Amino acid sequence: MAESRSRTISLGHGSGGLLTHDLVHEVFGARLANPVLDGGGDSALLEVGGARIAFTTDSFVVSPLVFPGGDIGKLAVCGTVNDLAVAGAVPRFLSLAVVLEEGFDRDLLERIADSIAHTAAAAEVLVVTGDTKVVEKGKGDGVYLNTAGVGLLRPAAPGGAASARPGDVVLVNGPCGDHGAVIVSARSGIELSSGLQSDCAPLGGLVAALYDAGVTPRFMRDPTRGGTAGVLAELARGGACGVEVDETSLPVRDEVRGVCELLGMDPLFLANEGKVIVVVPPEQAAAALAALRGHPHGTAAAAIGAITAAHPGQVVLRTRYGGQRLIDMPVSDPLPRIC
Amino acid sequence: MTAADVAARFRDPELVRRLARDIARRDPGRPLRFMHVCGTHENYIGQYGIRDLLPPWLKVIAGPGCPVCVCPAAEIDLAARLALDHQVVLATFGDVLRVPARLSLFDAKARGADVRVVYSAADAVAIARAEAKREVVFFAVGFETTACTVASALALGAGPNFSIVCSHRLIPPALKALLAVEGPVLSGYLLPGHVMTVMGTAEYEVFPREHHVPLAVAGFEPVDILLSLDKLVEQVAAGAPALYNGYPRAVKAAGNVVAKARIAEVFEPCDASWRGIGTIPRSGLRLRAPFAAHDAAARFGVAPDPSIPDIEPGCSCHLIMLGKVEPADCPLFGNVCVPEHPVGPCMVSMEGTCRAWYQHRRPV
Repeated sequence: MAESRSRTISLGHGSGGLLTHDLVHEVFGARLANPVLDGGGDSALLEVGGARIAFTTDSFVVSPLVFPGGDIGKLAVCGTVNDLAVAGAVPRFLSLAVVLEEGFDRDLLERIADSIAHTAAAAEVLVVTGDTKVVEKGKGDGVYLNTAGVGLLRPAAPGGAASARPGDVVLVNGPCGDHGAVIVSARSGIELSSGLQSDCAPLGGLVAALYDAGVTPRFMRDPTRGGTAGVLAELARGGACGVEVDETSLPVRDEVRGVCELLGMDPLFLANEGKVIVVVPPEQAAAALAALRGHPHGTAAAAIGAITAAHPGQVVLRTRYGGQRLIDMPVSDPLPRIC
Repeated sequence: MTAADVAARFRDPELVRRLARDIARRDPGRPLRFMHVCGTHENYIGQYGIRDLLPPWLKVIAGPGCPVCVCPAAEIDLAARLALDHQVVLATFGDVLRVPARLSLFDAKARGADVRVVYSAADAVAIARAEAKREVVFFAVGFETTACTVASALALGAGPNFSIVCSHRLIPPALKALLAVEGPVLSGYLLPGHVMTVMGTAEYEVFPREHHVPLAVAGFEPVDILLSLDKLVEQVAAGAPALYNGYPRAVKAAGNVVAKARIAEVFEPCDASWRGIGTIPRSGLRLRAPFAAHDAAARFGVAPDPSIPDIEPGCSCHLIMLGKVEPADCPLFGNVCVPEHPVGPCMVSMEGTCRAWYQHRRPV
């Protein structure tokens, strides 16, 4: 009865939540197991001819193709660059694969290509190889993009969730949920008079600023699909510790809160495209926060919580009224409620 | 002062603590049970941890206030079959998609049915206009809050290729039916601010007057909810049931006159089944004769299949929706039945009681 156990793929399987997680493990993880893949990070960490590199890939199927603050081209660069950056790598090279639907507007395609070029330049990466296919009308949604990327790993690249220690501080480089709020608003026809924009941005420079300040993050992850809650849940599940987050210190824009209240969603579960959750040892917290705030993509950075020895495997939100509640990994895409 | 500043005052921790202290001081020396009938209330009560702030003698329980939870499995199945067997475009609110039935709408979509999430009936009417060669069916689920939007869309003129599966339900008949349910006595109702914004307070005055049931209309911020609970406790203590409007910034005695007129123009009351609860007299809506052409069931010659079970073996959703048990009392809650594998309807939508409890559960 539940769609996750049926033999047919549903949209929920692509949401980045628990359904995706189970599908990937059961179908691909089981068949393709190897020590690198089993690491389970957003990037594969490899050693090639003495060089340590990070390698990753991502596909982009966003609707609408152009939204306030970005477009599918900018997303395709940022998504892959950010997966490399949070692995502790310096992003260097991208591939670009394009699947076009017959009838697609060439002007829009050029606009997307311009955006890819601008974003790649800002991210200081080169698009060095590519592929283009066209499918029949009705067999694609305008354009799908895929990028793969390679970056050079720093010597002090962060570990996975298991590296976090009790007392470590959890930071984020700005308000949660901007991208998700922009996309759901565009899809639902909510007019954003406030000029809220997607946070879509390449984070290589921001991560470099952390390392330049002498910070060695224990864990970094970009909270894209699945949102901030998804990364915090991953952090708790992947290690032997718990995570405690303080609701009053979580940065969320008023406009995003407003969209969420209209549609019955939680900013913690909305996607971000220019955010990173960073876990640092307590003695580095001040330097890390200063480094983040000193960078244009981190001016509103905040310490949002801590790693705890208590309640291992769980994320606990301390509410503004002194209560506590658990935060789970999202199940599926946030669906707008009825009223 | 911005809207955000106003909202902040309704969430002010000091005010919240003061209200909680006021309530605790009214200890009547016996347990009180107040029921709300609104999924949004349940969600916010969980999100803000309101129950943690209440004294042990005061319980707030969730009634049948989640619109997708009370929609019978047979009506979901009917919508899914229209999409699969009759190849209609089925437009639906998002949180119906994953509600279990013999065939959920998500299952139907995965099998190739054209199921589209919309945010209003007007969106569905627009799809029908843009795709004039397709039959477009809107799955009209919800209480008075959504019924008025559907009525409005139909009254303003929908194309001949537009029809609805009418699964609307009305709150007052359910409140009346709940008074007759055996079990622990209800001390009063926390009334749903959204529904009351549309319908006003007049049709609820019968409850304190004839049934001696205290009522308080509540908004959705922590201060709103606590203030209305405080007023309910006060009424009980004074032995003077009344209708207190704790959400006057939205709820007027007459309600939204235009919205009510639209509902009356397009729909008429009918007996209707509530999932796991059974038939409640005059608790549903059906299209009046001038709009009967927009009735999808009649147009496609289909009817809900009464043999489809509403509640799976072991599931307690029917008891939870009546307020007889709490989610934590259900043997399936949190182990077999979790949001990624919901067994019963209440574990799906964020307005469902089980989902809200699971989502906002406290650490062990």
